Amino acid sequence: MSEHIVPVRIYFIILSVLILGTALTVWAGFRDFPGPLNVIIALTIASIKATLVILYFMHLRYSQRLLWIIFLSALFWMGLLFALTFSDYWTRQWLS
Amino acid sequence: MAETAIVEHEVHHPALQHHFENLEQQREAGTLGMWVFLVTEMMFFGGMFMAYTLYRYKYGLAFASASNHLSWKLGAFNTAVLIISSFTMAFAVYNAQIGKQRRLIVSLAITILLGLTFLGVKAVEYHDKYEDHLIPGRLFPGNPFNPSTIHLLPGASAQNTEIFYWLYFAMTGMHALHMVIGVGLLSVILFFSVRGRYGPEYHNPVEVSGLYWHFVDLIWIFLFPLLYLLGRHMEHGG
Repeated sequence: MSEHIVPVRIYFIILSVLILGTALTVWAGFRDFPGPLNVIIALTIASIKATLVILYFMHLRYSQRLLWIIFLSALFWMGLLFALTFSDYWTRQWLS
Repeated sequence: MAETAIVEHEVHHPALQHHFENLEQQREAGTLGMWVFLVTEMMFFGGMFMAYTLYRYKYGLAFASASNHLSWKLGAFNTAVLIISSFTMAFAVYNAQIGKQRRLIVSLAITILLGLTFLGVKAVEYHDKYEDHLIPGRLFPGNPFNPSTIHLLPGASAQNTEIFYWLYFAMTGMHALHMVIGVGLLSVILFFSVRGRYGPEYHNPVEVSGLYWHFVDLIWIFLFPLLYLLGRHMEHGG
């Protein structure tokens, strides 16, 4: 599997989307959305930005499958950390 | 045997280590190693994000009040600086791949300068917090934590704003430490680039340093909205 060279045009597109995403995050942060929507919007934009950085700047999209497994394992263990911790804290008040 | 080894040494690329079959295998092994390291880094920062989520869930109003005291403009500026530095880093790797020496050197130098800009702004922010007595605990003699400069939202506990600042300094501090290491790493890469060590055939050190740099940018992409913007919508009328 030889190395894939990403064209510069793609880097420029990703840069513009990331800057746009930052502006959007600030704008959405000052608006009062109903319920927990503010944090959901903020994290959705951040996740999209992170995905773009990982896929294009970090070349994961063009990398060997083994790297995908390694990266996804990180998300899996992080998911376990959050799920198990919150299965405790979130359900504590159910008892009283 | 000895003779063939000598012959091979003459034909292969000087950067090829003897325990690898070829440069391709060496490059993939190097990239794999960096990704495994970055996974452990994600776990490391993940613990702090977990602590943040939990305390924000418990003390939401105190967190929002404490966060509103941060300068979102400096935070947004630093976000843009890091994103642009990630771009110049990717551009550096690209120029190493196609063998454009001058552009590689210039992009690396700009990336380092942007990294230093980020750290400079961070220093200004930390100093502001010191002036406002918002360094948690009693780290500095005569300057204990005092939340009196924080505008509290209705129902927020002043005491719990200190937990926000613990997490703020822990997370941005660890992030800044990674930036310092990144700047050091890129300085070494810049030094060897000036010496002409990297080209289309061999540039894995540039590539894996880039992976590290992008990862540090990635952490900040989450830190910015979580630390700087979490309570802005409650400021008026909330």
